[in-house]
Amino acid sequence: MADNLFTVEIITPDRIFYHGEASMVEFNTVEGEIGILKDHIPLTTVLAPGIVTISEENESKKAVVHAGFAEVLGDKVTLLAEIAEWPDEIDLDRAKRAEERARERLSKRSADLDVTRAELALKKALVRQDVLV
Amino acid sequence: MASMRDIKRRKTSISSTQQITKAMKLVSTVKLQKAKNRAEQTNPYFNYMYQTVCSMLAKAGEIQHPYLMESESEKKAIIMITSNRGLAGGYNSNVVKLITGSDISLDDAVIYPVGHKGEEALLRKGYTMASDYSDVIDAPTYEDALAISREVLDAYAAGEIGEIYLAYTHFKNTVSHEPTLLKLLPVEVDEEDVAGSSSDILMNFEPNEEEALDLIIPKYITSLIYGALVEAVASENGARMQAMDSATSNAEEMISDLSLKYNRARQSSITQELTEIIAGAEAIS
Repeated sequence: MADNLFTVEIITPDRIFYHGEASMVEFNTVEGEIGILKDHIPLTTVLAPGIVTISEENESKKAVVHAGFAEVLGDKVTLLAEIAEWPDEIDLDRAKRAEERARERLSKRSADLDVTRAELALKKALVRQDVLV
Repeated sequence: MASMRDIKRRKTSISSTQQITKAMKLVSTVKLQKAKNRAEQTNPYFNYMYQTVCSMLAKAGEIQHPYLMESESEKKAIIMITSNRGLAGGYNSNVVKLITGSDISLDDAVIYPVGHKGEEALLRKGYTMASDYSDVIDAPTYEDALAISREVLDAYAAGEIGEIYLAYTHFKNTVSHEPTLLKLLPVEVDEEDVAGSSSDILMNFEPNEEEALDLIIPKYITSLIYGALVEAVASENGARMQAMDSATSNAEEMISDLSLKYNRARQSSITQELTEIIAGAEAIS
């Protein structure tokens, strides 16, 4: 079993968020969701806010990443994320409030609204809630 | 020779100064430890970022991208990172000297100051200032770096500035800090690094190289700014620690010098008194 493992690293500006061996890692890119097994072709891709699932030998771990990019090299996957959080680090109430705020801003459509930014905020808030369910 | 009282007063004032410098040294030592840890934790992120950008550029040789090409505008933005507080030896003035001594002329430069000390010094010399980010340096976060990079990149995209530089103090180790001027845009990476990373693997990009560049270069710039902020904080505290250390030992030296002078003055005043008493006694008898 052990020969289908590869190294996974998630690095944020503040810390090395995760470092370990996994048999599969799934995450969300701007082009859609992607799952990586060992000996994937070399790939650099841009992350979209989403849930990262790391399937280790015996258990699977979930985390949330927002913005960044991933580098896949045969036996190593590196995720450079601007923000990464474990589910237990997320404040559900805060995420809900952020969701409301973002929805409100999007529904009002005021002239100076930065739509992409508001949508991104909404997406982040939703992803944060998703991982807790 | 100064009177005993004067010497004594001087000594007291110096030893109270010494107490202050000693306390400041202790404070900056603690802060340095914290800042150093943060700088070390930021390093892996930055290194990966640099490697990835190198390997992308190795493949992106023929791509015509605004981030990679010379721009027409003569204006050069400089993000200057200094401290808000003084008493850090040559820390602030070294960064200022780096900018005034560079090839960037006064008229072309637009400064984005982080830290009041450098801002004040360059304002006196007549440099143009853009928005001020001085509050950031007390506790830099990634969001702060994001705000700065967003603003300069917007100005770059709008053609207001043609080049972006970053002036900060590189933290080599606790005792050695190096003022550094780094060109952020158009991107320039070490040719050797580019060649080295491209040799063996063929990297695929998703979305295509151009779009990926569009998204990754701003992140690269932000991570550079963040790294510079964190290193600058470490350097600032290192510089202050050194400055306060030498101030404390200078005070020590002065105090021992003054003690010697004081004792000499005391001795000569006693000798003089004795001579006067003996002379008086002789005159009576």
